[in-house]
Amino acid sequence: MINDSAADFDVRKYLRLEMMPHFLCPGCGHGIALRALLWALDELNVDKDQLAVVSGIGCAGRLSAYVDANTFHVTHGRPLAYATGLALARPDLRVVVISGDGDCLAIGGNHLIHACRRNLKLTCLMLNNEIYGMTGGQVSPTTGQAMLTSTTPLGNSEPNFDACALAAAAGAGFVGREVTHHVPRLKELIKAGLVHPGFAFIEVLSDCTEIFGRKNELGSSPEMILRQKSDMRPSAYRDSVDTPFRSNDMPTGVLSQNNRPEYGAAYRKAAATAKAAVSKRSTK
Amino acid sequence: MNAPELSAAKSALQLISGNYACALGALAAGCRFFAGYPITPSSEIAERLSRLLPEVDGVFVQMEDEIASMAAVIGASMGGVKAMTATSGPGFSLKQENLGYAAGAEIPCVIVNVMRGGPSTGMPTRPAQGEIMQSRWGSHGDYPIVVLAPASVREIYNESIRAFEIAERLRTPVILLYDQTIAQLSETVDLGHARASSGIERKWASGPPEDYKPYASGADGIPAMSRPGAGYRVHTTGLNHAENGFPTQNPELVQRNLGRMLGKLDLHRAEIDAFETIACEDAEVLVVAIGISARSAMRAVDVCRARGMKAGLFRPITLWPFPEDALEKAAAKARTVLVPEMNAGQLRLEVERILGRERVAGITRFTGETVAPAEIAARIEALLKEKSA
Repeated sequence: MINDSAADFDVRKYLRLEMMPHFLCPGCGHGIALRALLWALDELNVDKDQLAVVSGIGCAGRLSAYVDANTFHVTHGRPLAYATGLALARPDLRVVVISGDGDCLAIGGNHLIHACRRNLKLTCLMLNNEIYGMTGGQVSPTTGQAMLTSTTPLGNSEPNFDACALAAAAGAGFVGREVTHHVPRLKELIKAGLVHPGFAFIEVLSDCTEIFGRKNELGSSPEMILRQKSDMRPSAYRDSVDTPFRSNDMPTGVLSQNNRPEYGAAYRKAAATAKAAVSKRSTK
Repeated sequence: MNAPELSAAKSALQLISGNYACALGALAAGCRFFAGYPITPSSEIAERLSRLLPEVDGVFVQMEDEIASMAAVIGASMGGVKAMTATSGPGFSLKQENLGYAAGAEIPCVIVNVMRGGPSTGMPTRPAQGEIMQSRWGSHGDYPIVVLAPASVREIYNESIRAFEIAERLRTPVILLYDQTIAQLSETVDLGHARASSGIERKWASGPPEDYKPYASGADGIPAMSRPGAGYRVHTTGLNHAENGFPTQNPELVQRNLGRMLGKLDLHRAEIDAFETIACEDAEVLVVAIGISARSAMRAVDVCRARGMKAGLFRPITLWPFPEDALEKAAAKARTVLVPEMNAGQLRLEVERILGRERVAGITRFTGETVAPAEIAARIEALLKEKSA
């Protein structure tokens, strides 16, 4: 039974209240995503001292500063690479990465595919608002075709990435997607990612009302969030013929999961075996 | 090489390469994390450490690119583990982005750059000294950095230990800079008489978390670091930040913290500076050189002295910050200063900045060859004749 009573969770427990007010625009979905993450961490009783949040550059990158944990706001596109070093050096920590669509798929795309392939235990939240918001609304790898941005004044002519398909193809241990409309479901998805032993990639469809929405006349934040919701097809309905869903038809929920060995544990096991062989040789 | 051989190495004469000495020195200094990417002529450091680190419960990881390996090293160091990467020219260019982060956020780490021919892909298997300036100025904005330039296999071992000492104690990235010649040269080293690792520890935060400011320091200019999991829960960012670690654009707060950071190495020059002087007291021609060029210069000075010419050598071991006071002193009697180097004249720029342009001459070499001792000796002789004429 999903606990969907948001009232049971006091988000202030995990926030640096001295950092308020936050800098996100009115209507931005990133705050909802952050709340869902903190709610999931709370339900898993994650100790704030043992929690490390690594984020890149952009609107999503700024979220780490609000979390009362060990937080690292690193360079553009590189949070997965920093987190890989941190998690390998400190397997006792729980390492969460917060990234955006530009951070994770464009400048950081190489790090993403190799993090998926390596399958080190990390939880990566990619907040997809379909735009470079921080820099003023330029086209991103997830901007839909024909959409207007400050660098596609004629409409975007590039096809966009399906980040989850990319992550699954690269071998990520856990892949999921959710919209900010379904906060309890998003929280449950993040929880499932957090308890998965390998690399977990979670795409959160977020809305950039102020820049992307305004430019494309997508309406207010509630309108954008409702549209995102109706665009999606929960994976449980994947094979449904009589579909109430629109043409976009992107699946949500847990999209793929595998039991490939977790990299850190596999490395430590191989090292222990090698070390034992060496000490056996030296005692002869 | 396995663990027993490693312990044997501590008390025996070893015929080893410069890159191998670098790996052994790093281990002796307590390095327990290495992330890298294959590149000639530094790959042997990664190969050695991929075998040796697991034996001491360390971690080796080959990352997807040079950028990621620099990032992973900083990530490991932020976790409290001594960490290093190694690369060469093209990879060193790619490291500059995150190297600037390590400088700005004051994260200890060691970066080895084995210099090969450049620019661009250059001559991967040939020696050069083309990153003298890049190692100081390669990343954007203002930041302090330490660059060590060993000239022999034994010195690579010693300086890789010293690189960790400086990085950890002064919270700064340290670059170990040497050329392909000494990287792949094998020399006999008595590791039993090499520099001992001295239990290098960074300054850790102590006291109640509510009083802790991650970028506040005492008179030494070095803020104490906190280890994740120790209860401090701080924020680390590449944005300009105040003493509390959070981003700020307040000019006073930026001045206070960035000003301290930019000046911090000046407070520790006694620990940082290292140089060698040979026959400088009465030298009329003073040679200034690093790495393999300094090895050639040593021979040239010997030859010239044997023939009655007053030649001397000033060899910076710490290249940056440049030991300028020591150079001024060494050059006190010199009518001419000669800078032989394997690039188009980089070290000479710094020597000219300190001593003025009038009495500085250079030998430049960017053909993938070293500067031969005879060539330096002939130039010393010519310069002496020129001056006495």
